[in-house]
Amino acid sequence: MTSATPPVLDPVASDGKLRGREATSAVRRAFSSPVASAVVVVISVLWTVPTLGLFINSFRSKEDAATTGWWEFFVHPSFSLAGYKQVLTGSGGLALPLVNSLAITIPATIIPIFIASMAAYSLAWLRFRGSDAIFFLIFALQIIPLQMALVPLQQYYVKGLQIGGVTVLPSPGVNGTLAQIWLTHTMFSLPLAIFLLHNFIAQIPVSLIEAARVDGANALRIFRSIVLPLSMPAIASFGIFQFLWVWNDLLVAKTFGSTDPSQQPVTARMQSLTGSYGAHLELLAPAGFITIVIPLIVFLALQRYFASGLLAGSVKG
Amino acid sequence: MFTSSAPALLTDSSPVSQAASTLLGVVVVVVGFVALLGVVFLVAGRVTGRLQKPVAVVICLGPALFLLLLGLIIPAVVTFNNSLKNQQFLGQLLTKYVGLKNYAFAFTDPYTLGSLFRTLLWLVIVPTLTVAVGLSAALLLNRMKHTAVPKTLIFLPTAISFVGASVIWSYVYNYVTPTQPQTGLLSAIVMKLGWSNPPNWLISSPVNTFLLMVIMIWIQAGFAMVVLGAALKAIPDEIIESARLEGADGWRLFRSIEIPMIRNTVVVVLTTVMITTLKVFDIVFTITNGNYDTDVLARQMYADMFVTSQVSRGSALAVIIFIVVLPLMFYNIRQLRRERSER
Repeated sequence: MTSATPPVLDPVASDGKLRGREATSAVRRAFSSPVASAVVVVISVLWTVPTLGLFINSFRSKEDAATTGWWEFFVHPSFSLAGYKQVLTGSGGLALPLVNSLAITIPATIIPIFIASMAAYSLAWLRFRGSDAIFFLIFALQIIPLQMALVPLQQYYVKGLQIGGVTVLPSPGVNGTLAQIWLTHTMFSLPLAIFLLHNFIAQIPVSLIEAARVDGANALRIFRSIVLPLSMPAIASFGIFQFLWVWNDLLVAKTFGSTDPSQQPVTARMQSLTGSYGAHLELLAPAGFITIVIPLIVFLALQRYFASGLLAGSVKG
Repeated sequence: MFTSSAPALLTDSSPVSQAASTLLGVVVVVVGFVALLGVVFLVAGRVTGRLQKPVAVVICLGPALFLLLLGLIIPAVVTFNNSLKNQQFLGQLLTKYVGLKNYAFAFTDPYTLGSLFRTLLWLVIVPTLTVAVGLSAALLLNRMKHTAVPKTLIFLPTAISFVGASVIWSYVYNYVTPTQPQTGLLSAIVMKLGWSNPPNWLISSPVNTFLLMVIMIWIQAGFAMVVLGAALKAIPDEIIESARLEGADGWRLFRSIEIPMIRNTVVVVLTTVMITTLKVFDIVFTITNGNYDTDVLARQMYADMFVTSQVSRGSALAVIIFIVVLPLMFYNIRQLRRERSER
């Protein structure tokens, strides 16, 4: 018995029954039976095979990919990058959409981070009459599904905000540009982002803030030099979530994005290609793989943070 | 046009230059945004005395409140308002209020009723099976060593977009005449099992709806597994241990100790998957575009709003989705809040 064993004295323990960690690991052993392992293996395989099929097909020669199933690869292997080449360099292909996806995702991740962390900071540390009510309002806004906002937002982008025929706020003049998509994603992300970051920022020790105040730092300086650096874990978690959310989004891209193939992100472009590539299975596979590869890399590298962001994001519109 | 080279540069529409100018635009915007913040902070930082705090509050909170008002609050009110009108296309000037007519239409029109019915099917089947798979995987993995690989494999589809998933699954559901070599995995398997003439899966109703659901379950199960796995890990070792000392093991340990202890998490996962399912539009849109009896509310709403321009009918569908989401969301938020306050 090492000191790791919890000091639980149990009368039945002396008759040979296991205690503490050993008991837990005994339970664990009992369940890692061959059957349990087999079930896990089956689920893992079932969950991997579809993606594997796409991956394999994307590298097969055109003729093979178009006429036979991807599993034939194991019998008659063939290898070709022609599909990738065509999808990436052909006109209307995915090269520009990949760039567009990056161009949409990066600002749509960075801008909300700043705006939300500033708002969260002011609600947590610059309290004023009504600040709690405002926090609750923002928190409650999470219930508005994105779908509710589509048509009015589009009308605003086209002709400005009008109440009773009077233009209250002119159109931002971003209709048809990427800026429209950044703005939309920023707006939709704020309730969740502010909620998440507020929870984190509110837990920064008072002593740190007070010390800075005593040193003569004003409210904005405290945000810049103390709150922002300390909030990095929460910002990272939200940032990854937002990156994947925006990258994988189709609805906002379809609604507010351009219909010009050279200005669409990969999801929207891929969605149109499934129609036109329908007869070209050999192109669908490399295109599909290009569509998913960047989120997969981000995911594999940052899995840990993603899980927590996902749970918190479970109430996102 | 003062120089001759500038217009030439601008009209050069080769992909490389277009990509470069797009990315340059992004860098300019991001740097500009941060620089703007820096300048605002610098100028406002000079304010001292009684005005200091109010100025800081306005600078920090103002942008967020403005964007929320513009992007969520006003649009939600307008959509609700639209749903009570007879607007048939975007920008229609002469509209009048028609009361709940659009809602009455939604609940009497046979096509919309079909979408509504299928949406309900999705709402019942997808979350249940997602949680069933996720929970089984979590329970089994909780007892095993070397879980990193299976966990990653099951979790991986979560990062894949619905569009990507639709492409992936087209290689499973693809149909080829039985006399030809098969390219779809499902057909190939059932033919090996002796079904000589499988249907064209995606256009055969009602089986196609269920096949689309499988894609959704495939994407979401990893999320369920990770969240439920974390909840299982959080059960104190002492509880498992004492239950074991009292002779509980195997199935009984699952049923009488572990399941009750993570019940709240199970419900949160269930409602979360429900919310996602209710609003899913991508899978149906990409694969069948609502044809062959697969349409659901979220896709029909999009088509009403932006394809056939039945703005008011689409708005009514959006409000219906909102009303169904409301209790689920409310429950989730309350649960998350409670968990946070317990921690």
